[in-house]
Amino acid sequence: MADTPQPNEVVVDRRRFLTWVVASPALVVAARLGLDVPSADAAKTEAATAETALNAYVAIQADGGIHATLPRTEMGQGITTGVAMLVAEELDVSLGSVEVRTADADARWLIQLTGLSSTMRYLAGPIRAAAATARARLVTAAANRWHVPAQSLTTVNGEVVAPDGRRACYGSLAEDAARVLLLLVSAQPKNPSAYTVVGQPTGRIDAMQLVTGAARYALDLDIPGAVPVVVARPPTLRGTVRDFDASAALAMPGVLGVARIPTGVAVAAGNFSQAFAARDALNVSWAPGPASHLSDADIRARLRDAIGARPLPPLFTARTLEGRFDFPYLAHAPMETQSCVARVTSDSAELWLGAQDPKFVQREVAQALGWALTPQRVTVHTARAGGGFGRRFFAEAAVEAAHISRALSRPVKLMWTRNDDMRHGRYRPASHHRILAYVGANGSILGWNHRAAIPTVEFPHGFGDVLTSLLGIFLPEVTSATFFALTQHVPYRFGLVGQELREVSLPIPTASFRSVFTSQVGVANEVFVDQLARELGRDPVELRRSQLTSSRLKAVLDKVVLEGAWGRPLPPGVAQGVAVLEEWDSAIAHLVEVDVTGEAPRVLRVVIAADVGLPINPKSIEAQLQGAAIDAFSTTLSAGIHIDAGAVREGSFADYRWLRMKHAPSEIAVHLVRSDDRVGGVGELGYPSAAAALTNAIARATGTMPTRFPLLDAGA
Amino acid sequence: MPAYQFILNGQTVSVEAPADLPLLWALRDMLGVTGPKYGCGVGVCGACTSHLEGEAFRPCIQSVSGVAGSRVTTIEGLGGEGLHPVQQAWIAEDVAQCGFCQPGQIMAAVALLRKNLDPTDADIDAAMSDNVCRCGTYVRIRAAIKRAARQLRGEGPDLR
Repeated sequence: MADTPQPNEVVVDRRRFLTWVVASPALVVAARLGLDVPSADAAKTEAATAETALNAYVAIQADGGIHATLPRTEMGQGITTGVAMLVAEELDVSLGSVEVRTADADARWLIQLTGLSSTMRYLAGPIRAAAATARARLVTAAANRWHVPAQSLTTVNGEVVAPDGRRACYGSLAEDAARVLLLLVSAQPKNPSAYTVVGQPTGRIDAMQLVTGAARYALDLDIPGAVPVVVARPPTLRGTVRDFDASAALAMPGVLGVARIPTGVAVAAGNFSQAFAARDALNVSWAPGPASHLSDADIRARLRDAIGARPLPPLFTARTLEGRFDFPYLAHAPMETQSCVARVTSDSAELWLGAQDPKFVQREVAQALGWALTPQRVTVHTARAGGGFGRRFFAEAAVEAAHISRALSRPVKLMWTRNDDMRHGRYRPASHHRILAYVGANGSILGWNHRAAIPTVEFPHGFGDVLTSLLGIFLPEVTSATFFALTQHVPYRFGLVGQELREVSLPIPTASFRSVFTSQVGVANEVFVDQLARELGRDPVELRRSQLTSSRLKAVLDKVVLEGAWGRPLPPGVAQGVAVLEEWDSAIAHLVEVDVTGEAPRVLRVVIAADVGLPINPKSIEAQLQGAAIDAFSTTLSAGIHIDAGAVREGSFADYRWLRMKHAPSEIAVHLVRSDDRVGGVGELGYPSAAAALTNAIARATGTMPTRFPLLDAGA
Repeated sequence: MPAYQFILNGQTVSVEAPADLPLLWALRDMLGVTGPKYGCGVGVCGACTSHLEGEAFRPCIQSVSGVAGSRVTTIEGLGGEGLHPVQQAWIAEDVAQCGFCQPGQIMAAVALLRKNLDPTDADIDAAMSDNVCRCGTYVRIRAAIKRAARQLRGEGPDLR
C-alpha cells in the first residue's frame, strides 16, 4: 500500500500502527492527531511568527524553517537533537533548519513523562510518521499548484522540485499543505536503509548555547517582577513547622516577605544572598518528621528481617550458594537544584521549571491551589533541566513556589539550596538482597532465588500512561510491585528462577533513580553470577555465554570480550570484570579494568557494547552510556546517603562523593551492535552492568566479592 | 550602601551592595549575568567558576568587595568576537549533556590552558577535579582539553 494514494491520508503501515497501539496506546492518539485532522487546527501554535502547523508535531515557518514540538523534556539526554534528526530525515531538510521546542503541559499530549528510557522508544515512530506526512502534504500542495503528477516530484533541502526544474520552498507551500484533504503521495516514513541523517554521529543542536552560557534554565529566565525566594526547612525529613517568629527576618535588608507553607517558612528578598540571611534569622520551632525514629542501622535491620526463611531448594540440589547485598539510599543530586519560577494570580497560575512530567506538575499545583477541577488554570512551561535522573518527576518545588507566589501576591523564583536538595529530596531506596544459587552434584545450575527487600518506590506520576498515573497516586505499592514484576528478569538458563520483591514501608520519601530496581536487583544478580563462576571454577565469560538465552546479549558480550581483550595479562592488583543487561528493548555488556593497588580502587578502562537497535544519534548514545558508567562507579565506590534519626547526613558534593575528573577513567569506549531497526531505550541501560562489572573486577583483583555499597563508606 | 566597581567582561560595572555579598548574586541577581550557575554556594561543585584577573575562582565564595577594581570574566565574556578555542573544542567533542556545569568546566579548562599548554592527564586531574559534572562528561572534557591544547599550541586540528 505504500506507494498507492489512499482515499484518505492514513497511509501508515498497519503492522507498525498496531505495534504502537500495543507499545504506547496513548501516543498513537497524539500521532493520529497529525494524521487525521485535515487542517492546522490540530496543533495550536503559540509562536508569534508566521507558522503553519501541519500536524501536532510539525509546523513550517514562512522562511521554510521547521518547528518540531516535543512533548518531552531535554535534561541532557540529547533528545532534542535526536528528534531534529528524525524530522530532518523525513522532510529532506538540513538539520540546522529544524528547531525543537518543548511542549507546555497540555491535555492533548496524553503522555508528557520523560523517563523510563521511553522517549525515543515511544516517539520515534509517531515523529517519523508525522514528519513523513508533513512531507506528503507539501508534495501534494506543489502537485496541485503546478498541475503535475505528485509522484513525479521530489524533495531536496527544504524544497519540492519538479522534473522540469520548477522549485517551491516549503515555506511557500505550507498554507496550501495544511489544507490538503487527499494525499497524492505516500506518507510512509523512509526505510532506515535510506537514511542519511539518522544514524550519523551528530553533535548537539544546542551546543552553541551550551558552551556560551546562553542556555537558560528555570532560574536564568527573565520573568518580570519575579523575586528570589528560599525556604527554611526542618532538620529532619518531612518535619513540620510548630510555630515561628519572623520579626528579625522581616527587619533584614532587602526582605520582601515571609510566608509559611506546608514544608517550611519561605523568605523573599531582593537577591538570594539577602534571602539566605533572612532565612537564617527566622526563629522556627520544628516538629520532627515521621522518620525521626530511624537511622541506618534500624533501616538495615528492617530490610534484613523482611527477607524471611529460605525456600525449599529444587530437587537434586547438592549445594546452595548464598549471597547477601546491601545498597544505600541515593540522592539524584542533579547539578541544577529543584527550582521553579511561579506567577499566581487570583484565577490562574503560570510556572516555569525543568519538569520530567509537566502534566503531573499541573495537576499537583492545581490541587494545591484548590483548583483540582480546573487544572487548565495552571500553565506549566517546561524549561531546559540541569539534569533529572528521576528526581524531576516530582513537583515539590512547583507546589511550593505556587503557594509562596499566592501568599506574597507576586511572582517568585524559588531555589532549593544544595542542602535542601540533598536533605529534603526523594531517594533511590536502600535495599537488602539475598540470592540463592542451587547447584547440582555435577555442577549444573538448578535454580536461582533472589529476594529483594526494598522500601516502596513512589510512582505517583505513573509509568507514562493514564492508568498507572492514577494508580500511582492512590496505590503506590501496586505501581512499585508492578514495575518490579515488569522489569526484573534473569537472562540465564538457571533452572528454577524466582525473583521476589519484599516491600518494606518506611516513611522516607523515594523516587525512581536511573534504571530503577535494576540499579540494585540487576547489579546484585550480575555480581553473584561471577561468584557462582568462582565457586564452580569457571570463567565468568564462559559461564555467561553457556547460559545466556538471548542472542543479543551473547553478541554484546562477545563484542566487549573482543574489544576489551578479556583475559589479557595484567599486572598484580589490576583485573577485569564483565557484566551484561537486557532491558528497555536494548542489550548491553560492560568490561571494566580496575586497579586496586592504591588507596581506593581506580577504574582504568571501560569497554561497552550496546545493541539499542536503530541508533538514532550514536553520539548521544555514547554520551548517555559514558555518563551512566560514571553514575554506576560513583555509587558503587563512594556516593551514598546516610540517615541519622530521620535526617539526611550528606549536604553537598563535599560529602556525597560523586566521581570527579581525577577518579574517572580516561577512556570509556562505546561500540554499537545493531541487531535490528527497533528503537531501544538508552538512558537507564548503562547503569547496572557498569556497576556490576566494576564490582566483579574488584572481586577478581582482591579475591573478595564486595557485598555492601558504596565500598568506600566513610560513615560505616 | 557602598558601591563596588569592577570590570565585568570588558565593561566597567558598579554594584551597590554590602561588602560581603557573594559575587555570584551580584552577577546573577543584580547584573543579569546568568552563565555562572549556583550548584552549592560553598565552593565545592565549581558550577559558578569564572575568572578573576585570568585565574579561575568561585564567585559563590568571593565577596563583591574583594573584586573591586579587578577584571572579572564569566563564560559570557570568554569568546570575544568568536568562540574561544576551548569552546570550539567543547563543540567538536560534543562534551555537554545537561550543560549546567559546563560554563564552570570551560572556565576552569581555559584557566588551566593559560598556564599550561601541554597538560598531562595528571595536570588535568589536578585542575579539573573541583568541578562536578553530574552527567558524567569527564571523558569528553579531557578529550576537549587536549584538543584545545593542540590548537592553542598551533598544531592545527586533530585529524585522528
